Amino acid sequence: MADTRTPTGTAPRPSGGAAGRRTGRPLAPVGRRAEAARATAGSGRMAALLVSPTLLVLAIVVLYPTIMALTESLYGPKGLDPRTGFIRSTEPFVGLKNYADIFGEAGGRFWNAFWNTTFFTGVTVALETVIGMAMALIMHRALKGRALVRAAILVPWAVPTAISGLLWRWIFNSNGIANGLLGRQILWTTEGFHAKVAVIVAEVWKTAPFIGLLVLAGLQVIGKEVYEAARLDGAGPLRQFWHITLPLVKPALLVAVLFRCMDALRMFDLPYLLIGAQKNSVETLSMLAQDEASNVRFGPASAYAVLLFLYVFLIALAFVRLLGTDLVGDGGAGGRRGGRRGIVLSRRAEVTA
Amino acid sequence: MTGAAKWRHWLLYAGVAAVAAYCLAPFYWMLVSSLRPASDLFDTSLVPSRVSFANYRAVLGPSQGFPRALLNSLTVAGVTTVLALLLATFTAYAMARLEFRFKRLILTLIIATSMFPVVSIVVPLLKLFTGIGWINTYQAMIVPSMSFALPLAVWNLTAFFRQMPEELEHAAMVDGCTRGQAFRKVVIPLAAPGIFTTAIITFIAAWNEFLIALSMTNKPAMQTAPVAISKFTGATTYEAPFGSQMAAGVLVTVPLVVMVLLFQRRIVAGLTAGAAK
Repeated sequence: MADTRTPTGTAPRPSGGAAGRRTGRPLAPVGRRAEAARATAGSGRMAALLVSPTLLVLAIVVLYPTIMALTESLYGPKGLDPRTGFIRSTEPFVGLKNYADIFGEAGGRFWNAFWNTTFFTGVTVALETVIGMAMALIMHRALKGRALVRAAILVPWAVPTAISGLLWRWIFNSNGIANGLLGRQILWTTEGFHAKVAVIVAEVWKTAPFIGLLVLAGLQVIGKEVYEAARLDGAGPLRQFWHITLPLVKPALLVAVLFRCMDALRMFDLPYLLIGAQKNSVETLSMLAQDEASNVRFGPASAYAVLLFLYVFLIALAFVRLLGTDLVGDGGAGGRRGGRRGIVLSRRAEVTA
Repeated sequence: MTGAAKWRHWLLYAGVAAVAAYCLAPFYWMLVSSLRPASDLFDTSLVPSRVSFANYRAVLGPSQGFPRALLNSLTVAGVTTVLALLLATFTAYAMARLEFRFKRLILTLIIATSMFPVVSIVVPLLKLFTGIGWINTYQAMIVPSMSFALPLAVWNLTAFFRQMPEELEHAAMVDGCTRGQAFRKVVIPLAAPGIFTTAIITFIAAWNEFLIALSMTNKPAMQTAPVAISKFTGATTYEAPFGSQMAAGVLVTVPLVVMVLLFQRRIVAGLTAGAAK
């Protein structure tokens, strides 16, 4: 089933020639049925009308700030003017100095934040995937009580991250329940490796159920007859898992993991509230950029923000290119679900266009 | 039932109980801690020996300004949700039903923005908003919130519109409706559950937002609830006021949890429609 996928790279693209000849007109597929022709007539102009407000807003709230961040990252902090002794009113242009500084002596804090971000992302996403997968398998098997568990599983998702940060700060308090259960006296919220552990535990608690939910949805579309056939062929539960469940649930799982990665890479609320700002052990790139910005050092802050953006972008690109994660949902994994005939059809129309 | 099957049966229920406990225990702890009187705060019994609502009274009292923070949160999340839904409904309909050039590219771009690190736009916008005097205003929180709320709404709604049978609109158009009329009179009423679910998911995302609200406000009167709670002051500066923080946390979370429980099936459908398609 998985190999019927078309790689994302081969997505149909209107050729330049066609675009030139028919500017302003939709590449409406020639309708095979009168009904289809009617449905797509004039759809190009209509689509432009319907889509452009969203694109405009996104251009204002995402594209424009990104460009601002790029230019801002070329300026230094205001600082004291040596001649007057006052704080300068304009920021000096410093070129790529903010980026070059990362490799200098001031770069220590950046690299620390970079490794923290990477470490948190790797560890939490791995744990979440395993725990979420286990949860999904349990829920899938359980017939009674599934509704209850599915409701319970949404609770961590609904708790605001900021609140869960405070809640776990309370749980990890030196006199809190975590130490009470462990029978130890660990100062979780102070600097050190235990602070990382606290953040990971809290993050995994909040997000593993979410992965479980998405994987469960993937499990539910696998037909029972596949397992029956495997059982008849003598496959044990473990082989069924490796050779049926995992490959078939892979597309859903990959999307879930990609989204979790993107979310973990920008982690801010949890370490900020659970441990605190400017703590080396848990400072992430988001925290570093926010801290610099709130101290009116917009230049370095923007440089860090741009680098984080590039990092996130590269990881997402790697997912899509290497693992073939199908984000948009109208391209790959043809016929994975019953109600997708329409999409396959529209896709065929795209190819012919 | 054979012995092995019985075992498996019990193991499954142990697993179900473990999953439920994993998800609910920390939340339960927040609830229990919020109900303890200050003198029992560090008590680790599973059920409070004495129940006290003192924490709730403290939170809702005038000293922390929490009711105002709730109102701020409601305003910011509410306006963000309405705006995002308004724009997203039209866009998602086009994405699901119309054929046009660069559709895939545009949808990919919109989804890509939802993965965008929020801090990357907060930093430049903080500078911009400081310059134009928008710090401590609702719009300073609503505008950046659109960056994640709008893609989320578009994505969810596109999945919903795709699942709806196209034949109904075609039938309406065969009967003489224009596409606009078919959209208004057939699609919107039928998609109401999907729009409603998307509204809940978007609202929760906006309600839970912290980084933007933290960066764009410095006046307590304009802080949203999560920021306000994180800045609660205790009797001493050395110990965070955990009792009142837990009480406020319960107050902020319970409406969401109730909403989630009421519309559980729809929300699960919405979340998985977006991600697992």
